[in-house]
Amino acid sequence: MRINISRKNIKNSFVEKIIEISGQNLLHCYQCGKCSAGCPAVSEMDILPNQIIRFAQLGLKEELLKSKSIWICASCMTCNARCPKGINIAEVIEAIRLILLRKREDHVQIEKLSDDEKTEVPPIALVSNFRKFTS
Amino acid sequence: MKISYYPGCTLKNNAKNFEDSALCSLKTLGVEVEELHRWNCCGTVFSLATDDLIHHVAPIRNLIRVKEAKNDSVMTLCAMCYNTLKRANERVKSDPESLQKINDFMYREDITYKADVKVLHLLEILKNDISFKKISEKISKPLNNLKVASYYGCMLVRPEGIGFDDIENPVILDELMQILGASPVDFPYKVECCGAYQTVDKPEIIVERTHAIVDSARNNGADIIIVSCPLCAFNLDHRQKETLKKYPEFKHIPVLYFTQALAIALGCPKESLRFDLHYVDPKPILKEKGLIS
Repeated sequence: MRINISRKNIKNSFVEKIIEISGQNLLHCYQCGKCSAGCPAVSEMDILPNQIIRFAQLGLKEELLKSKSIWICASCMTCNARCPKGINIAEVIEAIRLILLRKREDHVQIEKLSDDEKTEVPPIALVSNFRKFTS
Repeated sequence: MKISYYPGCTLKNNAKNFEDSALCSLKTLGVEVEELHRWNCCGTVFSLATDDLIHHVAPIRNLIRVKEAKNDSVMTLCAMCYNTLKRANERVKSDPESLQKINDFMYREDITYKADVKVLHLLEILKNDISFKKISEKISKPLNNLKVASYYGCMLVRPEGIGFDDIENPVILDELMQILGASPVDFPYKVECCGAYQTVDKPEIIVERTHAIVDSARNNGADIIIVSCPLCAFNLDHRQKETLKKYPEFKHIPVLYFTQALAIALGCPKESLRFDLHYVDPKPILKEKGLIS
């Protein structure tokens, strides 16, 4: 994929928002790939965790907001535990989710879940799912 | 000692087997437990955003209930409750401004929270306060010949400083199983995420994880899997139904809470085990090993 790198993109308000909500310094990442190597969810992801950080460094807003990966990450914290630079990758992914959720762009539409889907799972599953995937 | 106990939402229904077996075990060990009065949902997940204080209100409100019970520590059983309560507590402990804002928001509470409650998991209490030695003295039915794979999942061990064991290689459940007379089985998936709440809208992901985790435990010789989280329990036990549909060669294996294994070893009555709540019936293997009648 061809990417135009520009100072304008790197310093855009989307990147600033990610940094503010996550509290992470994105430029600490030197792309070692350890987060993606240990992530149990990579097989379902379209952009890998280390790529999410790189895309965020470059201000690639549309690519990140459209990615499947941000809704696949379940904040298991394995990447955070293993990052040699101490970056909390899960917090960065949470920030990208929140940028959408805070505009009421929910990932899960509760009203569209069937009664079976809602009653077969325990309350802990519903509460955590709705906390992570709805505004 | 009388311990304040925070159950959380799922311990009162789908995970009643977790609660009943834990309470029976503690009674047998001579520990008095008192459920918190007017506890509320902890929110199940700790908010990871820097600016999202509203989601810390629910866990902190529960810690006020602990102070109302005139106690300085609270016991949790569910790994997700433990993680959420403890992280919210650590957050306000290290950030007086957040604590002030949350207290201001809860102005109708009689007590102003001072970040002075200790959040404990039952496993810590068993190891540090009661001691594994005392537990070993009270065992009436050692779990001999039972091979147990302990699955720790995420919220009991991560992040560093919140969990009470090594983040990559936790051993506390294996130590407990050994004390109970069982044979711990090591397996590489013991801290690998089960997919958690994806089980609601993307159960196909859980099928893959359950397949990998359960198969790995079985391939390493386990008779049963032990867990400490009601969401892990649901995914690893109940989702075996969907796993078998996708992988016809897949073989079922029962999933128990560590407290059920403890309750069996301590001679608790079978009503406290609530095997009716399981998808994969643990009774055949436990009968075969002579642990239940």
